[in-house]
Amino acid sequence: MTDHIPALRLEGIVKTFPGVRALDGVALSVMPGEVHALMGENGAGKSTLMKVLGGIYQPDEGQIIVSEVPTVMTSPLQAKSKGIVFIHQELSLAEELTVAENIYLGELPRRSFGRVDWTMLYAQTDAILKKLKVGFNAKTIVGDLSIANQQMVEIARALTVDAKAVIFDEPTASLTDAEKVVLFDVISDLQAQGVGIIYISHRMEEIFKITDRISVLRDGSYRGTLNTRDTTEEEVTQLMIGRALDLTRNESHHTLGDVALEVRGLSCGDLFKDVSFEVRRGEVLGFYGLVGAGRTEIAETLFGLRDPDGGVILLDGEEVRVTSPADAISKGISLVPEDRKGQGLVLGMNCRDNMTLPQVGNLSSGPFVAPGAETAIFDKYKEKLDIRTPGWKQTVGNLSGGNQQKIVIGKWLSMNPKVLIVDEPTRGIDVGSKSEIHTLIRELAAQGYAVIVVSSEMPEVLHVSDRIVAMFSGRVMRTFTSDEVTEESLIQAISGIAPTQKVA
Amino acid sequence: MASMTKADIGGMLARQGILIAFAVFIIGFTIANDRFLSPDNVMGVIRSSAILGVMALGVTFVVISGNLDLSVGSMMSFSTIVVLDLHDKIGPFLAIPAMFAMTLCLGAFIGFLVGYLKLNSLIVTLGMLSAIHGLTLTYSGGQNMDIADKEGTWFGVFGQGSALGIPVPILIFLALAALLGIILAKTAFGRKVYAVGGNGTAATFSGIKRARIVFLCYIMSSACVAVAGLIQASRSMGSQNTVGQGLELDVLAAVILGGASLLGGSGTIFKTVIGVLILGFIQNGLLLLGLQFYVQNVVTWVIIILAVWLDIAAKRGKLWSNIA
Repeated sequence: MTDHIPALRLEGIVKTFPGVRALDGVALSVMPGEVHALMGENGAGKSTLMKVLGGIYQPDEGQIIVSEVPTVMTSPLQAKSKGIVFIHQELSLAEELTVAENIYLGELPRRSFGRVDWTMLYAQTDAILKKLKVGFNAKTIVGDLSIANQQMVEIARALTVDAKAVIFDEPTASLTDAEKVVLFDVISDLQAQGVGIIYISHRMEEIFKITDRISVLRDGSYRGTLNTRDTTEEEVTQLMIGRALDLTRNESHHTLGDVALEVRGLSCGDLFKDVSFEVRRGEVLGFYGLVGAGRTEIAETLFGLRDPDGGVILLDGEEVRVTSPADAISKGISLVPEDRKGQGLVLGMNCRDNMTLPQVGNLSSGPFVAPGAETAIFDKYKEKLDIRTPGWKQTVGNLSGGNQQKIVIGKWLSMNPKVLIVDEPTRGIDVGSKSEIHTLIRELAAQGYAVIVVSSEMPEVLHVSDRIVAMFSGRVMRTFTSDEVTEESLIQAISGIAPTQKVA
Repeated sequence: MASMTKADIGGMLARQGILIAFAVFIIGFTIANDRFLSPDNVMGVIRSSAILGVMALGVTFVVISGNLDLSVGSMMSFSTIVVLDLHDKIGPFLAIPAMFAMTLCLGAFIGFLVGYLKLNSLIVTLGMLSAIHGLTLTYSGGQNMDIADKEGTWFGVFGQGSALGIPVPILIFLALAALLGIILAKTAFGRKVYAVGGNGTAATFSGIKRARIVFLCYIMSSACVAVAGLIQASRSMGSQNTVGQGLELDVLAAVILGGASLLGGSGTIFKTVIGVLILGFIQNGLLLLGLQFYVQNVVTWVIIILAVWLDIAAKRGKLWSNIA
């Protein structure tokens, strides 16, 4: 590859904001046909670098070189015209429009008098879709597609120009395993066509599967580039965070307490049917399955957000009906929701007020909320969970994902719940904070909390759970103990391959 | 982190933008008319702003909770007409609580529709603006209401009285501002209002009864309208059916001028009071300049647009952007 010229090269990029040197001489070069991973913890400078590349920020120093031509980027659209295309984590599609209209939005082929040339539009679109081997066509309404397929539309959009480099920003964040396979196929096709690819992700597994080289950023500075073949997860992690990461299987065997929560034959429409399980004090019960297997819906039902149409919920052996989140909270069931920003936090509110929100009514002296009591709670859990923030007055939206998640966890721990449900505990959280959250979950179990963890990441489920409930299509396929579970048997169970087995 | 700093600066600039514009107005008015900053005129402005101000206090709750209330103008007409009518029929002692009860019922109805049925507040309150006007006309039969014996009643105290040299409407406005300011800033209910407006889903996920909070915000708003109607009725001792017409926009302008976001989740009672005063002084200044009364309508609209623009500019950190 040495005799090639790089598809895209960044040299000595410096970007400062008042008080922060966000990028400090960052270099990156992507060869045609190469998949180049860009890694770094949240706040390491990845997003800033991409904004510089997309022309949203202008660098203070350094230059962007596309196929050996120094280029000034002024906007994402202009970057696209230079062959630099972004596939964002958050999709930006018009859901009401068709696939074709979305792909050619702003540049629809025209006939006379500005009429859209629909025949040409659909033909061009179908040609691109064919290359992507997707199961929908140009006339499909985007809103009807799954998230994974919507992502394919974004990718198709990238293919309308003669792309030199395509930047994928956390593309698998909301994809199921099967959908990932399709995405990786597309990436390898692009690669074969000589497109350079920058792949931003926190997921080691994927990085090692599909990338050629890995560049690492830490605190806004460039820490080096490794050949994927010659390196290990440990080495990359160390480069990113300066220490090793523990992601082995859970092997702790502390004694379990009484059954805190038992669910018998719980059903809710088409979402899940006849679900039974129990979780004891001191135990972490993992829920693993594909997106749409019904895991989140079970959590939401336990939290009073959905009405079950059959089955019973027993808390400490007593049958209960949970009618609303407020009711769930008063009964001692807490939920750390899947969508941290949408469901977990009021982003414009400060850290303390977010943490004490569910109990603000109980923290009153006379008619007023007692600020001292609130601050005391915040300080206690800031310390206990090691939340890194300048102080309680900090707006939650300014914290990193990991610290935000700790605020949500702290919110519930301070209520001393009987059952803590954590849905996707580390979604969108950088690798260092991820391991902290995992350790935290184990510690909570050791302290006697009954914890339910819902996750789409197998290493995570294996790492934190004492037992794992494998779900497929709304049904419990099998419940594994951490001794007997294997990756193969787990995958079989959640794919609906293994025969249904009753919970022991 | 870095971009937030930038947004903060933008936010500061935006807020100062209003203050700078205000300062320019004040200086201009003072040069143009030396009466503008005289104690009499200043007191007059605050006094004439009191009714609008009282209504703005209630609407602040609604706006922070993420909703709108466009019904306050016609609801105020309703309160005024009802209390004037009942005054002569059952006496002021009973008329006042009866009027409050009826006005609160209207607030409760809106609160039910927006809170519990989760209907869009713009549509509901715009519809109520018109519906309550119809209700008022039905009640009054289209006639103006007058208190027969204006001299023989103590009813005038709310609008015409004064204590310690300060007109009672101003005292009511300030006392209510203090009370509601404390409720919003210091009580659990106030905190929940911010949470519901900031992120209603997250509030629900934190066990807050969102519908109930929205409902209570409209109750607050209608209670303030009742107070405003009382002051209005007491001041004039007689009224047309349309006395509050168009006030909903002035009220909204004052709330937004104060810096409450139309998206909900931000704003304070103190800021609303500032917004009320800014609006009052500008409208008064225009009158002193000899501009026609109805020019105010245009100016109020310009001020609303300016405030909304600066609010959005503050969010994206610059005045103009290609990206929304």
